[in-house]
Order: sequence, then structure tokens, then C-alpha cells
Amino acid sequence: MGLSTKAVKKSPWVFHVNTGACNNCDIEIVDLLTPRFDVERFGIKLVGSPRHADALLVTGGVTAQAAPRLREVYRQTPKPCVVFAIGACACGKGIFTTGYHMVGPVDKIIREIDPDAIIAYVPGCPPKPEAIISGVVKALAAI
Amino acid sequence: MNNEMQVLFWILVFPGFVFTAVLGLLAAWIVRKVSALVQYRVGPPFLQPFWDVRKLLSKEVLIPQEANKWVFIGAPLVGLAGVLLLSTLLGVAAFWPQKTFVGDVIVAIYLMVLPSLALILGSSASASPHAAVGTAREMKLVMGYELPLVLAFIVVIIKSGGALGLAAIAETTPVASISGAVAFLVSLLCIHAKIGYVPFDMAEAETELGSGVLMEYSGGLLALWNLTSAMMLVALPMFLVVVYLGGFGTTPAGITIGLLKYVGVLVLIILIKNTNPRVRIDQAMRFFWIGCGLVLVTAIALATIGNIYDIGWL
Repeated sequence: MGLSTKAVKKSPWVFHVNTGACNNCDIEIVDLLTPRFDVERFGIKLVGSPRHADALLVTGGVTAQAAPRLREVYRQTPKPCVVFAIGACACGKGIFTTGYHMVGPVDKIIREIDPDAIIAYVPGCPPKPEAIISGVVKALAAI
Repeated sequence: MNNEMQVLFWILVFPGFVFTAVLGLLAAWIVRKVSALVQYRVGPPFLQPFWDVRKLLSKEVLIPQEANKWVFIGAPLVGLAGVLLLSTLLGVAAFWPQKTFVGDVIVAIYLMVLPSLALILGSSASASPHAAVGTAREMKLVMGYELPLVLAFIVVIIKSGGALGLAAIAETTPVASISGAVAFLVSLLCIHAKIGYVPFDMAEAETELGSGVLMEYSGGLLALWNLTSAMMLVALPMFLVVVYLGGFGTTPAGITIGLLKYVGVLVLIILIKNTNPRVRIDQAMRFFWIGCGLVLVTAIALATIGNIYDIGWL
């Protein structure tokens, strides 16, 4: 394991993308920053710009409106980066599978522009904060 | 030849790059850790700022299509060079007082503006609307705090009997008088705005502007900005220690007391950061020009009276 890989593992900065989620997963993501879970312990920081990010936390099943924005945000993220599909909708469109406005799920949209993208899935409706932390740890261990 | 080697050593190693970068990243860790403890969190591990910079250096550097490429790349280098020269100047004045030159304090005040100017230049070259709003705020903020910083400095010059050298000023302690203490407090707030911490972080404003002025920077260039702001955490409190609190001294005991003064200033900055919400830019301007300005005019009058009638505590 090179020093660069180790540095990414030691300080993954995340950017939060909502692609049409019901806000439930977003609340669970914000939970991670509270004193109870405090992900800054692991060097994880929520940043305000995709250009600073190492990981995208994507929630929602990707509506037709959100798909071009998701592609643009992914292009703006400096590589190497990891995409996290947070919640049932982001992993497989969830209860909106038959919705007319859904073009997702997240992995399909991302793979359209980058077939080699690293994508991690955290299922749940919404996933518990513990599940999100566990997903991040597993994804980082796989790098 | 020997002299050139020593100057190079000053700039690159001891009071300059290596020393300031390492101490600055440690100070950045202290800021994050203490902020976390104030919020009942655990906070980041010890080497976190080092890992952040190392990671950013290994990431891809993206340059926006419509950006002015060379200004965008050059700005962080100018900012880093400014803070590097500032810390070298202050370090030499603190540890080799006989090597300074007359008027170096004016050079120091100019160098202190350089990182902010570079930030304005770089963010306006990035062609991003968020960065443009941040740039406008940063410009107003610079205009806001430069006036009280220079006014406060006039108090120091009056107190030290017209000295214009850092080494001569470091031998006096202006903070031990009423006007000097007021000037110190106002300068502390100006320094706070220069570092860009809450309540004066409206140029970065994570919650409304993304990251404002730094929005379009990524990879190695962002690492340079990180390093610049970390080194500002060393250079600016050191400026306060040298100018207001009596400097470092050259004996081991003096250096220890000087370091304690530096830590004290840093703790004050952290506490102000953690107990205040962000103010709007117009509130900040009004605070610096009208509030601080009037207080400092009073302080200058007090210092002048004290100087004429030879009253040390005024």
C-alpha cells in the first residue's frame, strides 16, 4: 500500500449529493457529524465543493432532472474518488422502481460516463448511521 | 557566501518554511481538536492536517475551462511566498534581533496583506459565481480590517517612542498599558479576520457559498492554500507576540515564556472562533470601521497624553 493510498484512507473528504431523495437518508448523513458519531475521528470531513471531495455520498434514486447534475458533479470530482450509493433508492430505486420520472439507479448513471468507477452500496431505508460508517470502512479497506 | 547560506537557511528551514509549516499544521490540529472538545466530540487524530495535505498533493488538479489558467495557478504560490517571507522576517526579529533592518515592521504589515490579495486574485480568476461572491466579501473584509490594524499599530509606535524596527518594538510591552491593551484586543480581532475564522469567515462561508473563494481549487493547489492558512496560524499570532506582548527573547527561559504567549494568543483565537456565529459582511465592516475605529482613536489620544506627561500606564 503506497503512501498516497494511505493518505486517502486517513482523510476521506465527502461531498453530499441529493438526487431526489426523500430527505431521510440526508438526515442520517448529517447524524454522522453530530457528537454521538463524530466521523471527524477518522478524518472524514463534509466539504462544500465537489472539487475538494474524495467521496460522493449520493442519496435518492436519480430523477430525470437530477441525472445530468449527478454526471457533472462526478466529472468535477478529482480522481481517485469513491461513490457511495446511500439508501435503498440510490442502490436500486427502492419503492420508486416503476416511477415514470426515475432514470437511476446511481450506479447506472455513473457507469455511463466512467465504467471503472468505484461504487459502494449502503442499503437501508434509511440506513442507520452505524451502517453508513461500516460501509465507508469496508469500501476504504477494499481500495 | 556564508551570509547567503544563512539567509537561505532562514527562509527554507528554521524560522521559514519547514519550521513554520510543521508548527502551523500542529496549530491547525490544536484548533480542530479544541473545537471538537468544545462541542463534546472526540476530534481528529494527531497527524490529521499532515495527512490532509499529503492526500491533496496526490489528487488530480482540475482547472476550470473558463479560468485564467496562469493566475489561477500562480495565486496560491504568491500567497505561500508572502506568508513564508512574513514568518521568516518575524522569526529573525525574534531570535536574531541584531540582524534586522529599520522599517521592517512596515514590510511585515505589507506582507500580511499578500495572502489575502492572492486569494482574491486566484478566486476571481476561477470564473465561478460562488467564488465571485466570496471574492467580493473578501475584498470588503480586507478593506474593513486593514484600517484598525494600522491605527492600532500607531499606538505601539507612540508607546515605543517612535521605533520602526521589530527588534526595538519587541523590547517594549505596550499591552501593559490601557491604550496598548485596547490596541492588542482590536489587533487580535483583525488577525482573526485575516485567518478567516468564524465570526469573520463570510468569504469561505461553507454553509451558503460552498467554500466561496476556494470553491474551484482542487488537489495540489488546494494543498498550497491549506499550507498557507496553517502557516498564517503561526505567523500572525507571532506578530502579535513580537509587537504587543514583548517578543520572545534570546535566553531559553525567554523563549519558553514567548512560546507560552503564542499558545495563549492561539487559545484566545480558538475561543472566539467557537463562541460566535458568523456575522454578515456589512456588520463586520461597521464593526471594524466605526466600532474599532472610534475605540482606537481614543486609544491613540490616551497614548499621546501618556507620552507627553510621561504616564506609563495610560
